[in-house]
Amino acid sequence: MEPLMRISELHTRFHTQDGTVNAVNGISYAMQPGEVLGVVGESGCGKSVHALSILRLIQIPPGEIDAREIWFGGRDLLKLNDGDIRKVRGREIAMVFQDPMSSLNPVYTVGFQISEALMLHKNMNKQQARERALELLNLVGIPEARKRLDNYPHQFSGGMRQRAMIAMALSCEPKLLIADEPTTALDVTIQAQIIELVVRLQQELGMAVMWITHDLGIVAEMAENINVMYAGFIIERGKAHEIYHQTRHPYTLGLLGSLPRIDEAPGTKLISIPGLPPDLIGLPQGCPFFARCAFREERCRLERPVLEEAGSTGHTVACWRWQEIDAETLRKAVGGAQ
Amino acid sequence: MNAEQNKLLQVQNLKKYFPVSRQLFSSQRRYVKAVDDVSFDVLEGETLGLVGETGCGKTTVARTILQLYRPTSGQVLFDGVDLASLQENDLRKMRSRMQMIFQDPYASLNPRMTVGAIIAAPLDVHTQLNQKEKRERVQELLKLVGLNPDFVNRYPHEFSGGQRQRIGIARALALNPDLVICDEPISSLDVSIQAQVVNLLEELQNRLGLTYIFVAHDLSMVRHISDRMVVMYLGKVMELADRNEIYLHPLHPYTRALMSAVPIPDPDKARNRKRIILKGDIPSPLNPPQGCNFNTRCPIAAERCFQEDPEYREISPNHWVACHFA
Repeated sequence: MEPLMRISELHTRFHTQDGTVNAVNGISYAMQPGEVLGVVGESGCGKSVHALSILRLIQIPPGEIDAREIWFGGRDLLKLNDGDIRKVRGREIAMVFQDPMSSLNPVYTVGFQISEALMLHKNMNKQQARERALELLNLVGIPEARKRLDNYPHQFSGGMRQRAMIAMALSCEPKLLIADEPTTALDVTIQAQIIELVVRLQQELGMAVMWITHDLGIVAEMAENINVMYAGFIIERGKAHEIYHQTRHPYTLGLLGSLPRIDEAPGTKLISIPGLPPDLIGLPQGCPFFARCAFREERCRLERPVLEEAGSTGHTVACWRWQEIDAETLRKAVGGAQ
Repeated sequence: MNAEQNKLLQVQNLKKYFPVSRQLFSSQRRYVKAVDDVSFDVLEGETLGLVGETGCGKTTVARTILQLYRPTSGQVLFDGVDLASLQENDLRKMRSRMQMIFQDPYASLNPRMTVGAIIAAPLDVHTQLNQKEKRERVQELLKLVGLNPDFVNRYPHEFSGGQRQRIGIARALALNPDLVICDEPISSLDVSIQAQVVNLLEELQNRLGLTYIFVAHDLSMVRHISDRMVVMYLGKVMELADRNEIYLHPLHPYTRALMSAVPIPDPDKARNRKRIILKGDIPSPLNPPQGCNFNTRCPIAAERCFQEDPEYREISPNHWVACHFA
C-alpha cells in the first residue's frame, strides 16, 4: 500500500547566537492511511518541532529544514511553493495544539473561527459554513451547540476549547490529524473525554492521527505504532505491544520505569534516569543517551548507533547493546530493585 | 495505618471562603468556598496524599494548614496546638517545624539570590548560627539532596528544573521540620526527572523521619508515594482511605471515575479495561450545585443527591466517604 506520508532524513536546525541547535537529527519513517501513531518523548526531544517541520511551520531563518523528502499525498511537501503548502495546512493535514486558549483568537466567536477554514478551503459561503460549523460542534459533543456558535473562547471551559479546536481541525476532513499534547493542560477526567472523542472520530472518519505526548500511558491505549524520541532522534520504533512488552532501548525502559502505575501494588522504587538530556548545541559524537545510560560502553561514546531491526519486523532500535537489555537487567543495573 | 502512630496534625472542619467582589446593584456578598468543611488527620511519619482536579481546593487546604491563609473557621491542631488561634509571634516559632515545597521551581526561587542565600534564608530567620555554621549547614543540605556543595555561589538560572526543585527541597529541610507539605512538587518536571525527585523525597523521609502531605493531581504518583489518600472535589473531601483500600474498593463514584481515567502504560490492559467517562465539566466553585457537589456529573445521582448534602462518614475502619450510596 502506498503510505500516506513518508519522511526521509529530516533534519531541523535553528541557527542562534549561541550556536546551531540540532532539534531534529535525521529521522525517517512512514505512516499508513488511517494509522494512529504515538510520538513520545520528553521536552526538547524534537517531537513538536518535527511535526511543525512537516507543515513547514518553522520560521526560516533562524530555522532550517533539511530532508531528502517529506512525501505526502503524492508530492514532496518541501518542494511546494508558499501558496500550495497553505492549501495543505488545515485541509489535508490539520493540527491541534497543547494550549487551546492561546491557539484560539479571543476576539472572534468560536463559530466564526471554525467557519473561516471552510470558507477558505471549501469555498463555502457564510451561511453554509455556519451550518457546517454547527454540525462539527455537535460532532465533538458540545452541548447546546447552536447557542455556543456565537460564544467567544473565554466563555468556554478548557475541555470545551479543546473540543472546539478539534472541530476546527476536522472541518476540512483532513487525511492526517496531528495532535500535539492536546490534553496536557487538562484535568484527568477531561483528558479521558478528549481521548475517547479523538479515538471515536478517528474510527468514524478513517483519518490518520499522530498523537504527540510525553506520557507513555496515554498512547498505550490508542496507538498502533509508537516512535520514541530522544535528543532529536527516533531511538526506538515499533508496534505498541513491542514498545511496552519487548522494550529494547534503555531510554524507553527508563521512561516506563519512571512511571508509577495505578494498576500495580505500590512499594517498588521507581527507576529514575540519572542526569539530564544533552545540550542540542554540539551533540555528543556517539549515542545521544550515552551520559545517562546504565549500559554504556566505550563504543557508545565513539559511534552513534542507527536504527536496526530488533527481533520482529518493524520493531527498530538505535542501541549497540539492545540484545542484552530488558527490564530486569535495567533494574539490576540501576539498583532500583531494593 | 497504625493506631499507635501519633497524630501530628489534625484538621477539623476547616473552611476557607474567599470573598468575591460585589456585583453591581447587589447587596449580597458572594464567596468562593475553596475549602468547605474538611477534616482529616496526618500521622507522624506517614505520607498523606491530597488529590483532586483543578479548583478542588487541595492547594488551599495546604496553605490554610500552614496559616498562609487564615481559615474562615475550623481548627488546625499541630502537635495539639491550634495554629488558627496563635498570634503571629507564636506562629512564627511553629513555622520552623512545618515547611513547604512549591510547585513551580522557577517562580519559587529568587533569581537575584545565590543558592547559598536561598537555602540559608530560613536559618537567618529562625536560628542564631554564625556565617561559618550557616555555610556548613547549607553545604550539608546540598549534599543531602544530591547536589554538589560547591554550587552555593551559583544562581537559580544556572540549574535545570529538577535541580531547582532539589534546591527548594534543601530550603524546606534547612530547619529540620517535622512536617513538609509538597504542593505539586513534580508536575512541572519531565517524566524521568519526576522519578528522580520522588525517589529523593522517599529517601529523605526514611532517613529523617519526615511527615509529608503530598498534594498532586496525578493519581498514580500520589498512590505511589502516599500511605493514605484524600480525594477532594469542589472544596470537599469525597473519600479518604489507605492507598490500597481506595484503589481496590473505591466507594465514591468520583473516586471510581478518577481511577479509571488514569492512563495505564500497557496497551493490553489499557484497551481492555472499562472506563467511566464523566460527562461535562467541573462546576464553578462560585456557584456549586445544591445538594451533593458531584451531582452534575455523577453517573448514579438520584433525587436525594440534589437535595441533601451527603454526610462525610467512616464507613469501615479508616475508610471515610461522602456519598449517599456508599
